[in-house]
Amino acid sequence: MRFVKDRLGAFLLALMLVLAGSAAHAAGLDEALEHFLIDDFGEVETGIGKVAASGDSRAAMVLEALKEDRLHYSPEKKSVYIKDKAGKLFSAATGQAAEGDTPADLAAVDTNNRLRGVIDAAIGGLSLLAPSPARRYESAQAVFKSRDEGVLPALDAALAKETDTRIKRAMNEARAAVILYSEGASEAERIDAVAAIRVRGDQEAVNALAGLPADTPPAIKNAARDAIAGIHSQLAVWTAAQNAWYGISLGSVLLLAAIGLAITFGVMGVINMAHGEMVMLGAYVTYIVQDLIRQHNPALFDYSLLMAVPLAFLVAGAIGILIEQGIIRFLYGRPLETLLATWGLSLVLQQAVRTAFGPTNKEVGNPSWMSGAFEVGHLTITYNRLWIVVFTLVVFVALLGLLRFTRLGLEMRAVTQNRSMAASMGIRTARVDALTFGLGSGIAGIAGVALSQIDNVSPNLGQSYIIDSFMVVVFGGVGNLWGTLVGAFTLGIANKFLEPYAGAVLAKIAILVIIILFIQKRPRGLFALKGRAVEA
Amino acid sequence: MRNSNPMTRRCLMASAGIAFGLAAMLPAQAQETIKVGILHSLSGTMAISETTLKDTMLFLIEEQNKKGGLLGKKLEAVVVDPASNWPLFAEKARELITKEKVSVVFGCWTSVSRKSVLPVFKELNSILFYPVQYEGEESERNVFYTGAAPNQQAIPAVDYLMTKQGGSVKRWVLAGTDYVYPRTTNKILEAYLKSKGVAQEDIMINYTPFGHSDWQTIVADIKKFGSAGKKTAIVSTINGDANVPFYKELGNQGVKASDIPSVAFSVGEEELAGIDTKPLLGHMAAWNYFQSVKSKANDEFIAKWKAFKKDPKKVTNDPMEAHVIGFAMWVKAVEKAKSTDPDKVIDALPGIEAPNLTGGVSKMLPNHHITKPVFIGEVRADGQFKVVWKTPGLVAGDAWSKNLDGSKDLIGDWVTKKCGNFNTKTNKCGGA
Repeated sequence: MRFVKDRLGAFLLALMLVLAGSAAHAAGLDEALEHFLIDDFGEVETGIGKVAASGDSRAAMVLEALKEDRLHYSPEKKSVYIKDKAGKLFSAATGQAAEGDTPADLAAVDTNNRLRGVIDAAIGGLSLLAPSPARRYESAQAVFKSRDEGVLPALDAALAKETDTRIKRAMNEARAAVILYSEGASEAERIDAVAAIRVRGDQEAVNALAGLPADTPPAIKNAARDAIAGIHSQLAVWTAAQNAWYGISLGSVLLLAAIGLAITFGVMGVINMAHGEMVMLGAYVTYIVQDLIRQHNPALFDYSLLMAVPLAFLVAGAIGILIEQGIIRFLYGRPLETLLATWGLSLVLQQAVRTAFGPTNKEVGNPSWMSGAFEVGHLTITYNRLWIVVFTLVVFVALLGLLRFTRLGLEMRAVTQNRSMAASMGIRTARVDALTFGLGSGIAGIAGVALSQIDNVSPNLGQSYIIDSFMVVVFGGVGNLWGTLVGAFTLGIANKFLEPYAGAVLAKIAILVIIILFIQKRPRGLFALKGRAVEA
Repeated sequence: MRNSNPMTRRCLMASAGIAFGLAAMLPAQAQETIKVGILHSLSGTMAISETTLKDTMLFLIEEQNKKGGLLGKKLEAVVVDPASNWPLFAEKARELITKEKVSVVFGCWTSVSRKSVLPVFKELNSILFYPVQYEGEESERNVFYTGAAPNQQAIPAVDYLMTKQGGSVKRWVLAGTDYVYPRTTNKILEAYLKSKGVAQEDIMINYTPFGHSDWQTIVADIKKFGSAGKKTAIVSTINGDANVPFYKELGNQGVKASDIPSVAFSVGEEELAGIDTKPLLGHMAAWNYFQSVKSKANDEFIAKWKAFKKDPKKVTNDPMEAHVIGFAMWVKAVEKAKSTDPDKVIDALPGIEAPNLTGGVSKMLPNHHITKPVFIGEVRADGQFKVVWKTPGLVAGDAWSKNLDGSKDLIGDWVTKKCGNFNTKTNKCGGA
C-alpha cells in the first residue's frame, strides 16, 4: 500500500517536474537505467551510481526495488521495470503501468552482497531528507559507513534542516567520517573529525578510524590510533557487562530447561531421561500452532507463542501423566530400572516424532516482538534473549507460588516429605505422584516453546538439554527450587566469563570439571535439603 | 556375482525384450538381482541429513530398474540403519557385504563414519561411494569420493571472497564445529590464506561444540574482529543443527550479510527447508550443485524427484547430486566390466564419465575423486540459492591438499601407481 502511495506521490512529482520543463533529470535516469539491461555486476554497479547521481525523484524508488529484487529488465524491449508487491509491472523510467503483455524474457536485475552494500549507501545518500525520522537516522548511519564524499552537500543541507538531536548527532558523525576520508580536507579538519568520531565510541567508530588508507598523513594516523586506544579501554568495561548479560541469558535457558526436571527428579526423585523429549514435544506444539496460524489466520502470528504455551503445557503434561501411569509408577524405588526405562522411552519418543514429522528441522518463526535488538550504552541486548529471561522468571515464580499456596502444592510437599504420613492423612499419594510428574513434564513443555525460538525444532532438540538440566539440578541441590535457580545462573555466568578466554569447547569442559570437584566436596549440591526427607 | 554364459545371452534377450515391449520376459529375470547396499542413518542425530540420501538411492535404483536394470538383472536395494552410531556403521557395513552380499555400498555422511567403515571395505574388498564434501587427505582403493575435496569447495569460496565482487575481503573468521572436517579444512585454508599474503592477526579461528546453541559471545567477538577497518568475512564449517542459532544470532545482533558476509560449506537447500530464512538472506554457501541452477538435466531430475516423493515442496541438494553422479558412474563401470566383481569395477571406474545435473560432464579420476564445477550462491527468501559466481570449468578433486606441508607432494593414483599416497618427491608409495 505504502508503495502505491509512494509511487503516486513520485509520479505526481515527476509530472510536475516535466511540466516545469526540467526534462534533463529524467534523461539522466533513462541513461542510468540502460546499465541495468546488461547482466553483469559491474554494469549494475555503474547503473546504481548513475541513478543516485541523476537527481531524479524516482531514484530512491528504483534503488529500493533493486535492493528487494523487484527491479526487472527485458533485453528484447530494452526497458527496465519495477514490480510492485502485488507483481504488477511499472516502467522504471516513467512510473507508468507497463503496456501490453509481460515480456517473455523478463528477468530480475541480479545483485550480490557487495552491490547491496553499494545500494544501501546510495539510498542512504538519497533519503537524508526523508519525512520519516527512522529513515533519516538509518541513512545517516549508511553514510557513516559508506563515507561517500559526493553526499557531503546533501548531508550539509540535511543538517541545516534537522531538528531531532539524535539524528543530528548521527549526521554530524557521518559528516566527520566523510571528512576523515576526504583527501581534499585540511589536516586540521580531519583531526577534528577523528575527535568527533572518538565521541561516538562504538565498534563502528573503531572500524572507521582503523580503516584509514596507508598513505594518510602521520598526524591523522596517530590521532586515529590514540582515539582507537581510548575507545577500546572504554569498551572493555562494557565487555564485562556484556559477559554478565550473556551469562544471565544462558543461565535462564539452563534454568528453563532444568526447572521441570527439578520437579520430577528434584522433588520426586525419578531419574527421568525422557525429560528432554518433553521439551522437544513442547517445541513441536509451537510448530503445529504456528503452522495452523499460517494456514488459517496469518494475522495472529505474533500471538502464536502465547497460544502455544498453555497447549504445550497440556500436551506435555498429559503425556507425562501417561508415562507415570504406564511405566514409572511400577518402578518407584528402583532408580536403575527407571533410568533405563525412561532412556528407552526417550528414544521411542524421538523416533515417533521423526516418523510423524520427518527427520528435518521444522520452521518455527520469531514473532516480530522477539526479533532484533536494542542498545543500552554499548551493550547489545537481543529481544528474544530478553523475553526468555523474563519468561523463565515468570515460570519460576508461578511454580514457587503453586507449590507454596495451592492445595496441590501442599499435597506434593507432604508426599515428598513423608509419604506414609501423608497417606494416612487421607492424601491419595498415587494421584499426587501422577500430577507432580505431569506438572514437571508440562513445565518442560513450556520450556520447549521458549527454546523453539533460539534452537532448532528437530527430534534431537531434547538431547542437547538433558545433560545440562541434570547438571543444574545436581549442582543446585536436589529437591530445592531455589538451588536450581542459583545453580543455573551460576553455571551460565561462569561459562560466559570463561568462554572469551578458553573458547566454547574448553569452557564447557572446565565447567564440567568444576562441578565434579564441587560435588566431591558437597555431594548434595549448593543448597542441601536437611531433615527427615533426606534419609527417606 | 559372476554371469555364466547362458545368463549373458538371456540378459541380451531380456534387453531386446524390453526394447520390444515384451515385459513378460521380466519375471523370469527377477529371480537373481544385483544388490545395492545403502548405509545411511535413518535415526539419531544424522538422520536429518542422511534420510534424504537413502530416498535418493531408492529413487535412482527404481529409475534404473525402469530402464531394464543392469546386465539384464534387476537392482535390489538393501537398506540398513546405522543409527548415527559410528561403530554400528562398521557392523552394518560388514553385514551388508558378508550377509547380504551387496555388490556396492552407497553411504556415510560424517568423516568419522567413513573412517569407521574403511577397514571393513578394505578387508572384505568391496566398494563404497561417499557423497559428501569432506576434508580430503585420503585416497583409498575401495572408496570413491563423489563429494567435494577442499580444493573443490573451500579454496574456490575463499578465492571468490578475495575478488572485487566478493567484497575484496581482507580479514577472515574461520568458524567451525570442533571435529575433524572443520579442523582439517581450516588448517588448509589458513595455509592458503597465508600463502596469499594474509597476516596471522587477520585470521580468527573459532571452534564450538556440536549442537552449540548459545552464540552470543562468539557473534560479539566476530563483530569486534570485523571492526578493524578491513572488510571481514566468515568462512563457516559449522555443522548441522548449530547453524540456525548462529544465523539467528547474527541477524539479531544486526550483522548484515552486506557488512560481514559468511560463506558456509555445510548449509544447503535441505537445511534451509526447515527454517526461517529471514536472518540468512544474502549469506552464502559454496557447493558443486544448487537446486536453482538451470539446466535440462536438473529440471528433469527435480520434477522426477518431487513425483517420487509425492511432495511438490521437496528440495534437492549437493550430496544428492553426488549420489546421482556416483550411481551413474557405477552403472557405467559395471556395464564396461560386464561384471559386478569389485576388482573389475574398481579398475573400470577411473576415466568413466557421467553427466552432472548442472550441465557438465564429471569424470572419475585416478585418485578416486571426481571433477566438479564450483558455485557460490546467496540465500534467497524462498530458501533457495542465487548463484553469484561459478568456476569457469570443472575442477579436479585433489585427494591431498597442495597447501599443507605434510601432503603437498602426495598424490593418489590407483591406475598406474596403484597407490593412494604416492610421494612424487621420493617416488615411493607410503606417504610423506
